[in-house]
Amino acid sequence: MSSSLLTINDLSFSYEASNATVLNQVSFEINAGTITTILGPNGAGKTTLLHLILGLRKPAHGSILLEDLPIDQYSRRNLSQWMGLVPQSEHVPFEYTVLEYVLLGRAPYLNPLDLPGEEDIEIARSALGKIGILPLEHRILPALSGGEQQLVLLARALAQQPRILLLDEPTSHLDLANRNVTLSILNQLRREGTTILFTTHDPEAALIVSDNIVLMNSGHVLSTGSFAETFTSEKLTQTYGVPVEVIKIDGIQVIKSMGRLS
Amino acid sequence: MKSSQRKTLQTVLLILAPILVLGFSLFIGRYPHPIWMNPAILNEDVMAQRLLLNLRMPRVITAMLLGMSLSAAGGVMQMLFRNPLVEPGFLGVSQGAGFGAALCIVFLTNNPLVVEGMATIFAILGLILSYFFARRMRYGGWLLRLVLAGIAVSALFSAGLGILKYVADPNSQLQEIVFWLLGGLYAVTWRSLFYILPVVIIGLVVIFLMRWRLNLLSLEDETAFSLGVSVGRERTLLLAAAVTITAVVISVAGIVGWVGLIVPHIARRLTGANAANFIPLSISLGGIFAVLCDDLARTLMAGEIPLGIITSLLGAVIFIFLMVKPNLKVRQ
Repeated sequence: MSSSLLTINDLSFSYEASNATVLNQVSFEINAGTITTILGPNGAGKTTLLHLILGLRKPAHGSILLEDLPIDQYSRRNLSQWMGLVPQSEHVPFEYTVLEYVLLGRAPYLNPLDLPGEEDIEIARSALGKIGILPLEHRILPALSGGEQQLVLLARALAQQPRILLLDEPTSHLDLANRNVTLSILNQLRREGTTILFTTHDPEAALIVSDNIVLMNSGHVLSTGSFAETFTSEKLTQTYGVPVEVIKIDGIQVIKSMGRLS
Repeated sequence: MKSSQRKTLQTVLLILAPILVLGFSLFIGRYPHPIWMNPAILNEDVMAQRLLLNLRMPRVITAMLLGMSLSAAGGVMQMLFRNPLVEPGFLGVSQGAGFGAALCIVFLTNNPLVVEGMATIFAILGLILSYFFARRMRYGGWLLRLVLAGIAVSALFSAGLGILKYVADPNSQLQEIVFWLLGGLYAVTWRSLFYILPVVIIGLVVIFLMRWRLNLLSLEDETAFSLGVSVGRERTLLLAAAVTITAVVISVAGIVGWVGLIVPHIARRLTGANAANFIPLSISLGGIFAVLCDDLARTLMAGEIPLGIITSLLGAVIFIFLMVKPNLKVRQ
């Protein structure tokens, strides 16, 4: 018995159409109640990895264990009570209200013919409250700003009450203020016991909240471990293929990659 | 008024309004004189009794089922294809039915029941072909492939229909084909009603029961999947329900356009996008709309006006009105 909640074991994957290997022998472990960041440049295979963990795609090789049991032994419904996904963006073609949309997060707990009830509405509203956007509940989703929409996607995943929250580039469309709000919420959720796994190409987002980091480049895991072990100038430079430095200013770690061009 | 009371009132209205319109429409027509038949004459006039029971009643009920089916199917398709401009016959179903009916009229018989049977078979064949081509196509995502395949199959059938019209006897067959294509309920009998009734009821019940799930299916695949939805299976079930009821009502009524596009739009304007709310309203409104249009079709002129012309005319006018008044929104 390992102590890890989620074990990714020797995972390989390639898309049928292109036949190019997207993931190659990826292995790492995630402990309960931690924030793990999958950090790497665009096209490293981060989103594909999330989809595999979610069960949306089947690996060509390797296994994913949730509490030591392969995920394909869980039912779809059961797995969706375990894991929630916040996609990078979601095009919503219809004018749902924020509350109607967040209520969709209750699907894993409802039978196929059920409508959400009072209790579900309470849970959805408390998810909105937790993120601080309860005042938006009756607004029309497509009419909100990009940052607000991203928070609504997060609220929908929280209404799902998952023990593991997967987020795909949660900060890439956000300005600094909204990015910090989102990362603070993740930190808060971690304190409450949620296990978090998110992908990002932004080392700064990883710096702010990560307990553990998986560094990826073209389908390979370059390095994995605690923040202190992995977040080094040498390893980040190797990951991105351009010089990256981790320096300390007034005792606070910051990222330096390129100064102002003259 | 409390929200629970308001909900109850809305439910009663949803059920009661179509029934009232249905009852009222039985007394509309051109016998004994245009527009309104005094219910009192039913006591002595045997002709009026027969007319009401054997002609108007099956026809009005069929009109209601037609409107309900097209509107429910339209609402479902718009959600499944994540596109508010989709209409229920577009996956080769409408053109397939038209081709099947014309083929029957030209080469077999103009017996309505046989024509209806052929129309159903070809409507479903249209769907199967669309599905098959979409599977084989190597371009774009699944929804886009279905749309493209639907366009291609519809075009094939409408070309075939053109050939059939060309070879049809212009003095008899051609008129019949054209009238069938324009859509109408003039040939409806109790028998044709009972032929479509079981399919329509099953399809509508499936759609009604799964109405909240439709919201989940309107999300992107990865999100729906992460919420525990078996996307492929549930989408196929709802698509099958929607297309089958469309195919059977088209087989009886011919191509009645715009109902399936416009009614879900109106319903969404009134209740918001949540399918749990707009699907029931869509079914109710669709029934009312089709019955009223059919009332006009059989009353306005001494001869019958094809139903499809009236629904298209009214549908298009309402559509334009909705589009130029984007703020016309009634929400609580």
